[in-house]
Amino acid sequence: MIIDIIISGLINGSVYALLAIGFSLIFGVARIVNIAHTAFYMVASYCIYYATHQMGVHPVLAMLVAIGLVTLIGLICYKLFIDPIREHEAAVLIATIALAIAMQEIMLLIFTGDFLSVPALVTGYLKIFEVKIAYQQLLTFAVALLILAGVWALLKKTRLGLAVRSTAQDREVANLMGMNESRVAMMTMAVSVGLAAFAGAVVVPLSVVHPHMWMHPLIMMMAVVVLGGLGSLKGSFVGAYILGLAESLVVFLIPMGAFLKGSVALSIMILVLLIRPEGLFGVAFEEER
Amino acid sequence: MKRFGFVLGVLLAVCLVMTIGSPAWGAKVIKIGVIGPMKFVQGKGHWNGATLAAEEINAKGGIQVGKKKMKIELVKADSNEFLSMTDATNAMELAITRHKVDFLVGGFRTEAVLAMQDIAMDYKKIFIGCGAAHPKLCTRVAQNYDRYKYWFRGTPFNSMYLARTCFIHMATVGAILKKMLNIPKVKVAIVAEKAMWVDPMVAAAKGFIPKMGMEVAGIWRPSAVATDVTAELSAIQRAGAHMIFTTFSSSVGITFARQAGELKIPAAQVGINVEAQKDGFWDATEGMGNYVMTMNTYARGVEYNELTAPFVDKYIKKFAEVPTYTADTYAAIIYTLAPTIEEAGTLDADKLVAVLENRECMVPSGKIRYTKDTEGRHLHDLKWGPGYLTSLGTQWQDGKLKGVWPNRWKASKDAPEITYKGIVPYKIAPWIIDKYKK
Repeated sequence: MIIDIIISGLINGSVYALLAIGFSLIFGVARIVNIAHTAFYMVASYCIYYATHQMGVHPVLAMLVAIGLVTLIGLICYKLFIDPIREHEAAVLIATIALAIAMQEIMLLIFTGDFLSVPALVTGYLKIFEVKIAYQQLLTFAVALLILAGVWALLKKTRLGLAVRSTAQDREVANLMGMNESRVAMMTMAVSVGLAAFAGAVVVPLSVVHPHMWMHPLIMMMAVVVLGGLGSLKGSFVGAYILGLAESLVVFLIPMGAFLKGSVALSIMILVLLIRPEGLFGVAFEEER
Repeated sequence: MKRFGFVLGVLLAVCLVMTIGSPAWGAKVIKIGVIGPMKFVQGKGHWNGATLAAEEINAKGGIQVGKKKMKIELVKADSNEFLSMTDATNAMELAITRHKVDFLVGGFRTEAVLAMQDIAMDYKKIFIGCGAAHPKLCTRVAQNYDRYKYWFRGTPFNSMYLARTCFIHMATVGAILKKMLNIPKVKVAIVAEKAMWVDPMVAAAKGFIPKMGMEVAGIWRPSAVATDVTAELSAIQRAGAHMIFTTFSSSVGITFARQAGELKIPAAQVGINVEAQKDGFWDATEGMGNYVMTMNTYARGVEYNELTAPFVDKYIKKFAEVPTYTADTYAAIIYTLAPTIEEAGTLDADKLVAVLENRECMVPSGKIRYTKDTEGRHLHDLKWGPGYLTSLGTQWQDGKLKGVWPNRWKASKDAPEITYKGIVPYKIAPWIIDKYKK
């Protein structure tokens, strides 16, 4: 049973990590709490559904197009709704909530509330210690690790990464040094939304596409980010796996209370915050910055 | 001049009273509120069934109410009950007070229907439920008849009978597994979404499975909107279950079927999976829902009686899909409400209740008769059993939803065998055969 718990936990955690990294990135750099983050993930899922089922496009191509399209939508939304009010954090929060609900309603109008699906990139399963794991799940796990490595490399090894980190450290000084802070924030937004769309492309074949599919991941993603320390990528990654494992523990140890897995995960988050209000890696991240 | 003003005032007052207070049968049409989650498949079923009924009735000139014919006008009320209880109660209030509906059909989620039922009862409007299964909706009638007598169950039969039918399906499939795969004692995993209508079924299943000579392998209660159940599936497989008794009415039904199919979990799925009742299930699971069995109301080519095929064919022709049980708003209007109004010759709710509660009529899914409780009090619940309503057992077989039960079913030892027209044999999934065949 321990093997089952560990494997299930790692798979669940990867899904949350994929979502949380993008959210954490835009918060860490631009101080934007983008509640619409998982709504972009939902829109990407619908784009893939439409391309594969209505237009007959190959799933891989559909995913690439969806990621590009959703990133573009994200940038337009940023320019129109977020950038003009960026100085007011509460207003940004409310604007992104409105944005998420608007996207939900648009999808509801176009596709109705029917439950839809997108094809898996790889079908079949693998047995590890007698535990069956779908190839698509393994792909999610691998992609989560790759994405983290990619984001780390972007931040540490590129000029853009240097600009992003400088801006995150001190916006005014970065401006004085000649960096276009607004453009850096916009590019970070593009990367963040692109990551949400990528998560949609990888995760959704395991799940169901519907207009409200962004809500549950949003709660879990927020829990992950708060648990790990707001703005800390490392924290988000570790937090995601902690909550993933907690969910698995609930399913295996209290099967009658499997529906409580989300609540238990959130309770763990609260418990950690009571002991360490800045989250697991909050302080470490401040030092990193 | 003063006198003229007074007369004018009285005339205006009379006009106002006549406009607002005149009874519905003073109007030219009968307004039927169709309430349900209209952006979702359940609400679409409500609306489609009602539309078909209204078109048929209106094509014949309407319903005979006393000496005049009255046409039907449908009022669409979006309850949005999956997401908001407040939306549901507002929709009901709006349908009654603003649109002045005479009758109501629909409702899906028990938690919302209980609240909507109270509003309909406040206004003494006949409300035929076409979706919620909890027995409480009808026990309220027995406990407080004067208030709740305007409620009638239209479909499905209550969750205790749903459970009973599922147990028969389970016993049937259990016997097939035992015989074909030489399994000495079949182990059953109970997997039920967390929802109110499921609670009595889980309790009943837990007690009843051992009585059927099977063993409970465990009980899992995922969220109704869970997006990942692989942990549950791992645990079920670890528990050695040969069969999974499912009770799903929401999206988790697709997630569960798809992931179980993807992982080739060697356990036969039997029970209720509302999503598996729909034509879209095959695509929604990307074909991974093969061999899933679910209780159902209609399937292509399966007939309960002479009314089934005309209704199903007409529905498929108009809406390009097989009706699900919420489309029984059709039967609620055309076979229940309309003949009752014609028999009573009035739209007066109290007089209609007296006629309706004693009616017995054929509908496309069997025969309807309203029941009483053990103390002889009216429940306005539906009679279950051979000759009345039994529902179907349907199974996805290579992209097609086939009727597999009742197949030579005997309700009791001495009862005659029942097999509906169009029923085919149940199929065991090949990966289950591979796992257990010795």
